[in-house]
Amino acid sequence: MTDTRLQTRHVPDRLQGRAYRTFRSWEALLLAVAVAIFIVNSFASPYFLSAWNLSDATFNFTEKAMIAFAMALLIISGEIDLSVASIIALASTAMGLALQYAAGTPELVIIGLTVGLLCGAFNAVFVTILGLPSIVVTIGTMSLFRGISFIILGDDAFRGYPASFSWFGQGYIYWVFTVEMLLFLIIAIIYFVLLHKTNFGRAVYAIGNNPTGALFSGIRVQRVKFILFLLTGLMSGVAAVCLTSRLGSTRPSIATGMELEVVTMVVLGGVNILGGSGSIPGVVIAAFVMGLVTFGLGLLNVPGIVMSIFIGLLLIGVIALPRLWTMAAARRVT
Amino acid sequence: MTRLIPVRETILAAAILVLMILIAWRFPGFVAPSNLANVFNDTAPLIILALGQMVVILTRCIDLSVAANLALTGMAVAMINVAMPGLPIPVIIAIAIGLGAVMGAINGLLVWKLAIPPIVVTLGTMTIYRGMIFLISDGKWVNSHEMSPAFTAFPRAEFLGLPVLSWIAIACVIGFAVMMSRTPLGRSVFAVGGNPHAAVYTGINVGKTQFLAFVISGALAGLTGYLWVSRFAVAYVDIAGGFELEVVAACVIGGISIAGGIGSVGGAVLGAIFLGVVKNALPVVNISPFWQLAISGSAILIAVAFNARGGRTKGRIILKSAEKPLEAAE
Repeated sequence: MTDTRLQTRHVPDRLQGRAYRTFRSWEALLLAVAVAIFIVNSFASPYFLSAWNLSDATFNFTEKAMIAFAMALLIISGEIDLSVASIIALASTAMGLALQYAAGTPELVIIGLTVGLLCGAFNAVFVTILGLPSIVVTIGTMSLFRGISFIILGDDAFRGYPASFSWFGQGYIYWVFTVEMLLFLIIAIIYFVLLHKTNFGRAVYAIGNNPTGALFSGIRVQRVKFILFLLTGLMSGVAAVCLTSRLGSTRPSIATGMELEVVTMVVLGGVNILGGSGSIPGVVIAAFVMGLVTFGLGLLNVPGIVMSIFIGLLLIGVIALPRLWTMAAARRVT
Repeated sequence: MTRLIPVRETILAAAILVLMILIAWRFPGFVAPSNLANVFNDTAPLIILALGQMVVILTRCIDLSVAANLALTGMAVAMINVAMPGLPIPVIIAIAIGLGAVMGAINGLLVWKLAIPPIVVTLGTMTIYRGMIFLISDGKWVNSHEMSPAFTAFPRAEFLGLPVLSWIAIACVIGFAVMMSRTPLGRSVFAVGGNPHAAVYTGINVGKTQFLAFVISGALAGLTGYLWVSRFAVAYVDIAGGFELEVVAACVIGGISIAGGIGSVGGAVLGAIFLGVVKNALPVVNISPFWQLAISGSAILIAVAFNARGGRTKGRIILKSAEKPLEAAE
């Protein structure tokens, strides 16, 4: 009895003692949800179980998940970046601008990634060097980055990306396996190793749990955070390349509201929004869950805005339910 | 502390004044009293919402759902008006405030009873409320010819030379100035934000205060929802899209610390007016309105960097524990 109580109490909370096992069970729960959604979907729509449709469905989450991995590390360290969607807009605009000066595919990719990195560095300077709260800074840069896109583009659009550039968002590696899927898997593995197998990853957890303690144990807290903001910017750049390539055009309103879906994905993946705990496999499964939910609802002709209600409910429900459960359990005992 | 806040406000007021002088230098028509009254009227919704947001931020929370709340309430009252054109305006306003307060209470309960971080709660309810507009309206617009004349005329009715919308904003400012400085709730809002632990020891229910802050913010969003829809005489899914950021920006520019406990009614109002002047001046000085987003983003960054610098000179880290209760007691 006490054992189960401990487990439930620790689900959304900080990493303490036995909590690691709990997080494995959180991921197991998510996996069960994913399987359930998969089964329900295949009964709900006859078009669901088709290799090509499922392949298309992955576009629902691959770009967001790329950012979500970096965001997971950032949130574990106790910071947040709400400007990711705006970084995509700015990086995409920069690529479109370069296109006007006849940039080739390699240049476009380099420019997209560099702009992402620079935006990340811009956030990082405000947060780590000036010591400002990341939530306000990134709400500010969220307006600023997209605002610059609006200044450059107005209500216009950049079109006419070269055919070779469309490989990133529209290309296939083999049969139904897309280039984006491959990128998603590679990035997932990189972040898994980075967070769970390196000193840097341990430092991220340490900072999230106790920044002062981390500082006193010799971790260069501000430097680690700086790198995390750079990584988030870089991943937004990668997502910008993929998204621009997939859409084949740039508008300043590109990826509007994506920051919410990225944060939802991270929180759904079991990352504590207050920092200190979470895992990459959780985020991977959460990405699949969100992709399957939106794709299944899409097949049932549910409009995008109604889907966003589900995303919002998912975000709150996923945090609220374990807490309600814990409270109910605590009431039974006392 | 008492010395610091007026300094911040004075600087902001001076910045607004300089801005207006610069505009007036090229375009004297901008500072004509009738135009300034227009600018104020145009900024009134932002002022009202910034006041509610200020209370929320002072308690160390944030409410990102205000714009969605405004839009949902606006759509709801517009549809009620279409269904029952005879319903008197005071009833409509009461419904709007009530609906908004309920939505604010949902945010508040999730923060209070389940201790979910406010940013997560309001990010979630932001999309939920916005999506619900689509559900109740089926994606359709409510246009001006469907609304009753009394419904659309109310915020525009002139009273002592100013539209009712402006008077409501003025009433809110006065009401909040009194509430924040003269009532137990206003003082406990500062106490909760300044030092939650000390607030508990002085007998303040931290969670309940945060809940009430969300209810206040929600009620104001509901009121603004009616005013917005009736003023522009149209209701659709995307009204006031992204407005929550402008509201937070007004607070941050007005010197309200996102860490809670520091801020003033005057600051929030001046922050809103600053954004309002910028927004209304852009077309006058022939700058594309597309600049507005980048300008408010830069203003947030400059304001937050500036305010943090002001705070740091007090030796924040070392004296933190000793200083916070003083701030709360201010």
